[in-house]
Amino acid sequence: MAVGKKDIECPPYAEGTPLSDEDIKEGKVTYVEDHPDIRYSWTAGQAISKFLNGLKEGKILGVKCNKCGRVMVPPRMFCELCYKPIDGWVELKDTGTVETFSISYIDPDAKPLPEPVIVAVISIDGASPHMGIMHILDEVKPEDVYIGMKVKAVWKGEEEREGAITDIKYWKPVEG
Amino acid sequence: MVAIVGVGYSGFNSTTPDLSWKEIMYEAALRAYTDAGINPRRDVDSFVTCAEDIYEGFAIFDEFVPDQLGAVVKPTCTVCADFLYGVATAYMQIKSGLADIAVVESHSKASDIQTFGNVVKFAMDPIWLRNIGNAHPYYLAALEMFQYMAQRCLSEEDVARVVVKNKNNALLNPSAPYAANVTIDDVMASPKLFDPMKKMEIAPLADGCVVFVLASDEVARELTDSPVWVKGVGWWSETYGYDTASFSAMYTYKAAKMAYRMAGIENPAKEVDFAEVDDRFAFKELQHLETLQLAGKFEVARLMAEGYFDKDGSLPVNVSGGNLGVGNLLECTGGQKALEVVLQLRGEAGRRQLSDVEIGVAQAWRYLPTHSGAVAVFGV
Repeated sequence: MAVGKKDIECPPYAEGTPLSDEDIKEGKVTYVEDHPDIRYSWTAGQAISKFLNGLKEGKILGVKCNKCGRVMVPPRMFCELCYKPIDGWVELKDTGTVETFSISYIDPDAKPLPEPVIVAVISIDGASPHMGIMHILDEVKPEDVYIGMKVKAVWKGEEEREGAITDIKYWKPVEG
Repeated sequence: MVAIVGVGYSGFNSTTPDLSWKEIMYEAALRAYTDAGINPRRDVDSFVTCAEDIYEGFAIFDEFVPDQLGAVVKPTCTVCADFLYGVATAYMQIKSGLADIAVVESHSKASDIQTFGNVVKFAMDPIWLRNIGNAHPYYLAALEMFQYMAQRCLSEEDVARVVVKNKNNALLNPSAPYAANVTIDDVMASPKLFDPMKKMEIAPLADGCVVFVLASDEVARELTDSPVWVKGVGWWSETYGYDTASFSAMYTYKAAKMAYRMAGIENPAKEVDFAEVDDRFAFKELQHLETLQLAGKFEVARLMAEGYFDKDGSLPVNVSGGNLGVGNLLECTGGQKALEVVLQLRGEAGRRQLSDVEIGVAQAWRYLPTHSGAVAVFGV
């Protein structure tokens, strides 16, 4: 399934009549600018707290439901299909399989990125089929990525880890 | 007719550091389904959640709700409004035959918001209202309060009495984190943060979740021997903006008219046994009682002083403690009010249980800076 192995070019531009920074600075457009300062601190809760603390220790934790038999990641305190509390915690491997990916060339502000970002959905080994997380790939050329590729997590150093999804820096192909 | 056949809640707390909003929702929903004796995966036809993205800190918040409600691969929608609007939505879905059983959910995880003042400001017109001065936008309520006091010849004590009643009522509600045995002197001594509004007249923020299970007449009678009927619902918006609105809570007057007409109530002051009304600023309780037509324009304050709205008075109001005792639950405010009405009508309100109540009203405002609100009439 080497669907990613092909020549990749930049995506086409949309042609239009854009406003330039100059037009705005010169007051050609009537506008009011505001930069609201709105901040949140979302409580991680029981399940995600344990997951994030696991990442800090370099572990990926999942949960299991004995009714449907699924091992789920990211973890939750209840099985959403059986609608009952989960039955326990499982340590998963830090390897997995690329389920799908995209080679992304521009940033959220639509500016070209210096290097493309390879975003991938990765099913994690030890979890139920197709269950996993979305993350990024690196140490691989965009043209070499394919659906079904085996990958492994590259962690931040123990000192640097803070209990966040970014404690995994990226995923890289499993050698060999 | 449409009935409430199950209620569940989680909270209410000033903060909830141990649980995520999803876990709070799961707890409340599981209790509601257990109360109704249903399995959400099998029995529920429609799920309605009530949320406002900016309170949650997520865009397109409705995407985040199915799992914890048991609503995965089921019809789900979010109403961007208070819980009582969700009750109205579920009511219509059931009356139209789209659903036999519908679930309504709303929650507050206000403790996740770090800059609440700026969230309220974000609801103001960015061009000519938002950036006038640098005061915390609670002054918007004080503007309305001062005009209301002037028009109704109210003293500061008249407003302070609402705080005394509700915080003391809350002492009998184990789910009211802001209960206190305060006296009128305590309230009068509270600092004026937004003159003439005092600190104690402002409901502090709280966390919690309320879930209701609604069912059609036929299904309700199969599920329970003691349904609480949704007799009437109403909602209404006046106009946008502090420069054009009437400052007279017309939204409640009109929403109540709509709900009372549905419920066949002609004289609310005589026919309604008790009410839970929005008191997120103390003066709002007086204004809302007037516009709910539960007392005459110039009588509300006098009746309040005489104990008419006390828990042992003729028409108990905010027996739960109201928002001043329970807290500001954002879009779940109407949820807490409807919950209290249902518990009272079922005789399950514990030590604050009222005797001989058959018709109760729940009312919620959409909070600052709006002139919108909803009313629901429940009965047994």
